[in-house]
Formats: sequence, structure tokens, C-alpha cells
Amino acid sequence: MAGLEDLYREIILDHYRSPRNRGELETPPAHRAEGFNPLCGDEIVVYVEADENDRIRDIKVGGQGCSISQSSASMMSGAVKGKTIAEARGLMGAFKAMMSIHETDIGGDGSEAEQGIDSPVETIATAELKLGDLEALRGVVKFPVRIKCATLSWNTLNQVLEEIEAD
Amino acid sequence: MSETNEAKPDTPSTGPPKAFDVAAIRADFPILSQLQTTSDGSKKRLVFLDSAASSQRPNQVLDAMDEVYKTGYANVHRGVYQLAERATNAYEGGRKKIARFIGAPDAAEVIFTKNATESLNLVAGSWGRQNLGPGDAVLITMLEHHANIVPWQMLAAEKEFEIRWVPVNEGGELILDTLDQLLDGVKLFSFTAMSNVTGTLTPVRRLVDAAHAKGALACVDACQAVPHQPVDVTEWDADFVAFSGHKMLGPSGIGVLWGRRELLEDMPPFLGGGGMILNVTTEGFIPDGLPGKFEAGTPPIVESAGLGAAVDYLSTLGMEAVRQHEIELTAYAMRSLTEALGEGLTIHGPSEPAARGGVLSLTLDDVHAHDISQILDESAVCIRPGHHCAKPLMRHFGVSATARASLYIYNDTDDLDALTEALVKARKFFAL
Ligand SMILES: Cc1ncc(COP(=O)(O)O)c(C=O)c1O
Repeated sequence: MAGLEDLYREIILDHYRSPRNRGELETPPAHRAEGFNPLCGDEIVVYVEADENDRIRDIKVGGQGCSISQSSASMMSGAVKGKTIAEARGLMGAFKAMMSIHETDIGGDGSEAEQGIDSPVETIATAELKLGDLEALRGVVKFPVRIKCATLSWNTLNQVLEEIEAD
Repeated sequence: MSETNEAKPDTPSTGPPKAFDVAAIRADFPILSQLQTTSDGSKKRLVFLDSAASSQRPNQVLDAMDEVYKTGYANVHRGVYQLAERATNAYEGGRKKIARFIGAPDAAEVIFTKNATESLNLVAGSWGRQNLGPGDAVLITMLEHHANIVPWQMLAAEKEFEIRWVPVNEGGELILDTLDQLLDGVKLFSFTAMSNVTGTLTPVRRLVDAAHAKGALACVDACQAVPHQPVDVTEWDADFVAFSGHKMLGPSGIGVLWGRRELLEDMPPFLGGGGMILNVTTEGFIPDGLPGKFEAGTPPIVESAGLGAAVDYLSTLGMEAVRQHEIELTAYAMRSLTEALGEGLTIHGPSEPAARGGVLSLTLDDVHAHDISQILDESAVCIRPGHHCAKPLMRHFGVSATARASLYIYNDTDDLDALTEALVKARKFFAL
């Protein structure tokens, strides 16, 4: 049986206690999207400013949530800052693959948390992309109801990226 | 365990009132004797503190349902063979018991739905669709569950009436100073008898009277009231009362809408299909009388028998005694939690235990409710994190989630000590 230390790794608690890239960006030039976890009421706002080469120049995260959703958001922001949108999507796919073991089993409710990154870039990305700190969230898959907490910020990021691309 | 699954006598056994015997009650609930294995391999007694979401059910209810499935199951109302008659008797027998339990003058006023949510949607979709339009208003309160908000918002989008809100104060109690003004032009006042977030008990009779004085109807969301306190719809003088079976020891899949006969008779059917008609031709249909008019399709047959057994069980305990037990436990919980956790702990809602039901919505320092629940699960303590389907109220309190512990007949002070202990652990774990 999975223990709490599988879920609450020190690095997760560290990101939770001192989240990176908290705040807001002016829109425009930045784009903004809101994500909700309808199960627990977590709300997250992701701001992304991309340059003309589709590189993520800046990213900020607002909203409130549990330690898993907040630390995941913090790690996500650090991981994609400075990357191109394509690279960010690669990371998203890799993260999603790491989390995907159970997500389809726990009864998708068709909510926004479900949409978006269902067709990630090929999973070979998993091996090649370095998830870094994000690896610490691997233990979340042992706690299926918390997977949505971990993926919330990524799904929200996906919404922002879609908006940027539609622009 | 009961020997027979026939209706238990409705007259509780006479003799001196016995003390509330939680150990004996618990013995009737097989699920509560389970042990939960935690990550260190140890086994812990299940501490179930989530009855506001859904209660557990005793053998008496399970047996009553089994009995119908094993000996008297068929579809209702349509067969002439004996089995069908027995099933119909089981189904209608449940209705009669529930009518008696809530003081309904007439069992035909008890409509079975699938849950309180459907009951409230029935009021909106049938009465509301017939009676509401531009210039009208429906009054609800900031304490409401989404089940008593969204049906009105859905209908308002179509019928263009106004939705007004009775405000609440910091203690989670309704602010009634402006009630009369708010009721001006209102056709229906729909409100909860007890908040599922703060446990706030609302002054039902006073609210009903205020509505009637302004010519409005009163609809009571009694989902958290009927399971926990004596309820008499006639004493309330309400027009509609909605509740769910699964929160009061009954099965899931059955809910109740009680309505005043004259109103129900004037209302159009909600769902169409078999079982709700007198006649159907190529030109149209004639709806059945009460309660059939509102019970399209195969109803919750076995669930009615189960809910009947549930109200028998509660009647035997006595609803006054149930309420008293919960007040005592609530007072104990508020005291011991505050002592152990002090600053940093907020128990949302009224500070006076007698002014609230057995629902304790907590926030603890900056530890998120989700994380609290996760730690508590390690101690086999089941509570619920989240917004509890009452987002407007949560926003009012400025929180996105609370950790909610809720009490029922099978809980005792040991359960609350386990809760307190687990919360102390959670605080330590997340000490920021
Ligand atoms: C006050 C209140 N109203 C309505 C409901 C909805 O009940 P159900 O989900 O059984 O329809 C609930 C259940 O959480 C409730 O607590």
C-alpha cells in the first residue's frame, strides 16, 4: 500500500510552501486561462506571454488549491518557462503519460480537467524529455483521486497555449 | 438483526426511554465493523464522518430490500399475479410509512423521485415552468446547495424571471432584516432547512409564514433536516418539501418530493412515459392522478421498501433522541477541536451547538482540505473535502474548500477523538 511519503515528497512540500512564478501578467500581451477541479473546488489561473517565435517568455500562476495542485503548478511553470510552445507540449505529453495510468479509470466527468491533453505527442517523449522536479509527482498515480489535482495546471496551460495559437 | 422484514411496528416499544446506545446501533451496520488497512500495515477501525454526503444503512434496511428481491419482486401497478401485487404492496407500503414519518396528511402527496435534486428539479420544471415568467422572482438563500440553485438558474435563462438571494452573516446565519422587501413580487421562496456546509438550521416556520404573508409559496430543501430532526410538513405549513433517501439510512436511488395536494393537482407532469397516464391516443395523453402523474417509468420499487424500513428504524430511536444525540456530539466536537487546535482552526457556521446540525466544516491554518482528508484517511477517518456543492456560500466565506466532518446516529465521542487526533497529525505534517 502506498504511504503518505509516496505522495508528499519533500520537493512537493517545498514547492507548495514556496511556489515559483506566483502572480499575474498583464493581458494582453499575455494570455490567460482558468481551470477548475469540479471535484474539490480548486481553481487555477495561468498567464502566459509568448514572444514572436512562440517561446514562453513569462508565465505566472494564480488561484488556490491543495498541495498537489499547487506544487504541480509551480513545477509546471518552472519547467516550461523559456521553452517553445512545441517543447512545452512535449513536456505536457510526458507528464500526462506519467499520470495517465489511472486517469481514464477514475471516471472522467467530461469536465475541462479531462479535455485538452488527451492526445499528447507520442509517448516516446517520456523517455527523452527530462521532467526534472516533476518526477516527484510520480507517486500521485498511487492515489487515483489526486491525479486530477496534479494535472489541473497542465490542462489549464494547454488552454492558454491553444488561445495563443488561435490568436 | 431483525427476524422479519415485514414492516416493523410503527409504535416504538414502550417503556422508559433508553439512553442512546451507539454500540448497539453500530452493531446493526455491517459496513462499520470493517477494518481499514493503512500504509504501515496496521488495521484501523473505520471512523465514518461523512453522513451529510450519504449515510450508511443498517441490516434492517438491507434485509427489507433483500426480502423483496428474493420473495416479492416484479414490476409494480401492472400485473395481476401475486408477485406483482406483493411488489406493489411493498412499494406503496414504503410511501405510507414516509408520509406518516413527515406528517403528510395524504400518502398520495408523497412523490418518489431519484433524489432531492430531482425533487427540486420537478418543482422548477413543472410548477416553475407553468407559473414563472418575466417580472416574477424566485427567492433563494446564500446557504443553498447547488441542487436548489441551478434548477432555478436553468429555468430563469428560459423564463426570464429574477433570482434573489437572502444574505448570510459571518456566522453562516441568514440575515432576515430585509426579508419582507426581498419577498416583494416573489412567487416562490425556496430555502434549505439545514445547511450541508455550516449545519445552520433555518427558522423554517417563520420563513414559510413570511412567504405566505406575501402571497409566495414556500419550498423547503429538507435533505439535511429529515434525517436528523423531527420534521412535520404540516407544522411547517410548507408547500413543497424535498429530501433524499440515501442520507437517512435508506438506499440510494430514491428521493421524495412532498407537495400540497391542490398544488400537485394543478401542476403539469414533469417526465412523460409509462405509469403517469390515464390514457394515450395518437392525439395526446391524459395524465394520471397523484402520485402516478409524477412517477413516469419503473419507479424505485425495492428502494421504497428500504426507505420504509429506514424510517421505521429512525422512528424506533425517536427523532427527538437523534437530534439530542447530535447536539451533544456537536458540542463535544466543537469543544475538543478548539482545545486541541486552537488558533488557526475555523469551524464555519453558528457557534452555538443547538443552533446547528451535526455538520462541522473546518479550515485549519493554510492546510488545504484535500490534504487534510488524505492524512485523515491514514487514520481511517472519513471526512469530505471540497466545496460541498455550495460554491456561492464558500465564496462568501472566502474559502475554496473546507474539510467537513458530519455526524449521525452511529457516531460517538471516540470517533470525534479520532478526528481531533488525526487533525493534530495533519497540522504537524504540513507545518509551514
Ligand atoms: C442541503 C442539500 N440539498 C440537496 C442535496 C442533494 O441531494 P442529492 O444529491 O441526494 O440529490 C444535498 C446533498 O448533498 C444537500 O445536502
